Amino acid sequence: MLTINQLHATITETETPIIKGLDLTLEPGKIHAIMGPNGSGKSTLSKLIAGDEQYTVTSGDIQLNGQSILEWDATQRALMGIFLAFQYPIEIPGVPNDEFLRMAYNAKQKHQGLEPMDPLVFQDHLQNVCQQLSIPESFLERELNVGFSGGEKKRNELLQLAVLKPAVAILDETDSGLDIDALKHVATGIRSLRQPTNTFLLITHYQRLLTYVEPDYVHIMMDGRIVETGDKSLAMALDKSGYDGFVSAR
Amino acid sequence: MLFPDHDKTVETLVEKDYEFGFRSNIDSEKFPKGLNESIIRRISAKKNEPEFMLNFRLKAFAHWQKMAEPHWAAFDYPAIDYNDLHYYASPKSLANKPKSLDEIDPELKRTFDRLGIPLIEQKQLAGVAVDAVFDSVSVATTYKEKLKKHGVIFCSMSEAIIEYPDLIQQYLGSVVPFTDNFFACLNAAVFTDGSFVWIPKGVQCPMDLSTYFRINEENTGQFERTLIICEDQASVSYLEGCTAPKFDSNQLHAAVVELVALEGATIQYSTVQNWYPGDKKTGKGGIYNFVTKRGKCLGRQSKISWTQIETGSAITWKYPSCLLIGDESVGEFYSVALTNHHQRADTGTKMVHIGKNTRSTIISKGISAGSSHNTYRGLVKANKSAHGARNYTQCDSMLIGDTSVANTIPYITTTNKHTVIEHEASTSKVGEDQLFYLMSRGISLDDALATIVSGFCQDVFQKLPDEFALEANQLLSIQLEHSVG
Repeated sequence: MLTINQLHATITETETPIIKGLDLTLEPGKIHAIMGPNGSGKSTLSKLIAGDEQYTVTSGDIQLNGQSILEWDATQRALMGIFLAFQYPIEIPGVPNDEFLRMAYNAKQKHQGLEPMDPLVFQDHLQNVCQQLSIPESFLERELNVGFSGGEKKRNELLQLAVLKPAVAILDETDSGLDIDALKHVATGIRSLRQPTNTFLLITHYQRLLTYVEPDYVHIMMDGRIVETGDKSLAMALDKSGYDGFVSAR
Repeated sequence: MLFPDHDKTVETLVEKDYEFGFRSNIDSEKFPKGLNESIIRRISAKKNEPEFMLNFRLKAFAHWQKMAEPHWAAFDYPAIDYNDLHYYASPKSLANKPKSLDEIDPELKRTFDRLGIPLIEQKQLAGVAVDAVFDSVSVATTYKEKLKKHGVIFCSMSEAIIEYPDLIQQYLGSVVPFTDNFFACLNAAVFTDGSFVWIPKGVQCPMDLSTYFRINEENTGQFERTLIICEDQASVSYLEGCTAPKFDSNQLHAAVVELVALEGATIQYSTVQNWYPGDKKTGKGGIYNFVTKRGKCLGRQSKISWTQIETGSAITWKYPSCLLIGDESVGEFYSVALTNHHQRADTGTKMVHIGKNTRSTIISKGISAGSSHNTYRGLVKANKSAHGARNYTQCDSMLIGDTSVANTIPYITTTNKHTVIEHEASTSKVGEDQLFYLMSRGISLDDALATIVSGFCQDVFQKLPDEFALEANQLLSIQLEHSVG
């Protein structure tokens, strides 16, 4: 579905190399997890895929269903089905959450040649999604991420994901900073959104989330590359040995 | 094409031009350039004004000649040669004033159609009566008869001077005397038209009233004058819009607006100002918008509310103000000023608390993009008599890009201990992270920027009449297109 081939990338401003020859294939219907120590380039990878211009691809390719996405800007990538749940969601004052969701939803409708959804029908739809994810409906009328707690912000990302139904969902440390109840909510959400036609990429430091959402693949990322791919047992082994132990064992 | 609707990427977007920059081909009668007593006499004679009006003008002119152009604002502009302007320009077809809307020159009608202001009552936004001013004269006023049935007077200033001389003598210059400032004084001497509104005791004006100002001729100053009087317990909502063609030379617009609210009266005055801002690259041309707007809350519990969306003009210099004289009277100022390219804006308000327990609220949102400068300048003053006065001021500035400038200059003075004056200010920058966040949800760059700016202005947009709120939003997005990337 999403194929990354020998990707090299730098921070645009300083030209510091961050991604150094990374290969990764995300398969439809599967949940992938990337684990790795601080500074291994996990967040950079997620932003690169989403089209953040703070990073520049110097060589290699990212393809979505066989088409290179490198020439597309962030908007176009989103319209084609790529979604990034941010590690630190951004606050946009004065913009109601529900209006923002409708704008994003209708941008996608338009891209697919469909009519925008009627505001009232959309409101019903939003309320259903909230119920499904156990998110309070009061989220909808609040300003986008403004005054949200860390956990609320993460759940709001999940709400967006559920409304926009992307083909490729990347969750950048969606589990960090969550208490155990919030973590369970997020995990249930991810499980319920899983489809044979979409793929999930969970970026995480810890094995904790993965006990609630069982990944099909676990990839270990170090120094800008995927150095090992396995199943969930890899995550558990890593949890015991730590990254240092993992490195010395290799 | 993979992205058929995606025509708004930075690379492909062709900057949208000023939408209203066309000039209508209309035969016009112009007075020769120059400013002197004989021109003023000609203006007065042209309008068949009574003697008191000519005297008013001549006194103002004599005073103006002793005044010097002020230069304290936060911008520079080349000296204006007041003798190189036309002070009167009128479509020839209006020489004999058309008796009904049907008799108006079709070209004039077409002009206002293109501006979205149809002069045919059936076609108009329901519930808005319009006075359309073209260069120096009022072309038409709609719904006059309907309003008259409610006792409301809504007509051009020229007509009011002839038809209602008592009201004019009582109120004209009572809020902004000609001695007030250089540009108000010039206006008093040479004003040509504008709108007059009088709402009698106890009447809530049944529809919104609106004046649309259009400058068409080059090298012509527009000096209009608006006077709105609300008697006891009366209320009105008034909207003002304006556009002008593109010229390389600068045009002077020096208007005066006076509002009078008597006991328990409410006046809401909303402006969407979209004068030609000058060339985007060179900054050449554009309107100098030097306007004096002031309201007097004369009566107890009266209320005057100014809402302005300022997006146009090369230079905007205006401070819609409230004199809170009646006890418990209320003054409000809600403003969005957006500058882009080479525009300069120095705008804000004055709230002068004189009566007891008077209250005022100021919310100002300044957005600067391109190489523009945007200054909020505001005065809050509580006199000794203003026991229990309260003011709340909030000034927020937003910067887009690295070459724009924002200033906030508050002046606060109080001579009464029993007053509460609060001032909050903030400056923020539209972040790459905010834009990326919205774009990563499928929203285009331009829409993302417009969304962020519109969110920033939400507190003010909420105060606008509905039909204006939408227009204001669209206007901001047009002005901002292509200002990041």
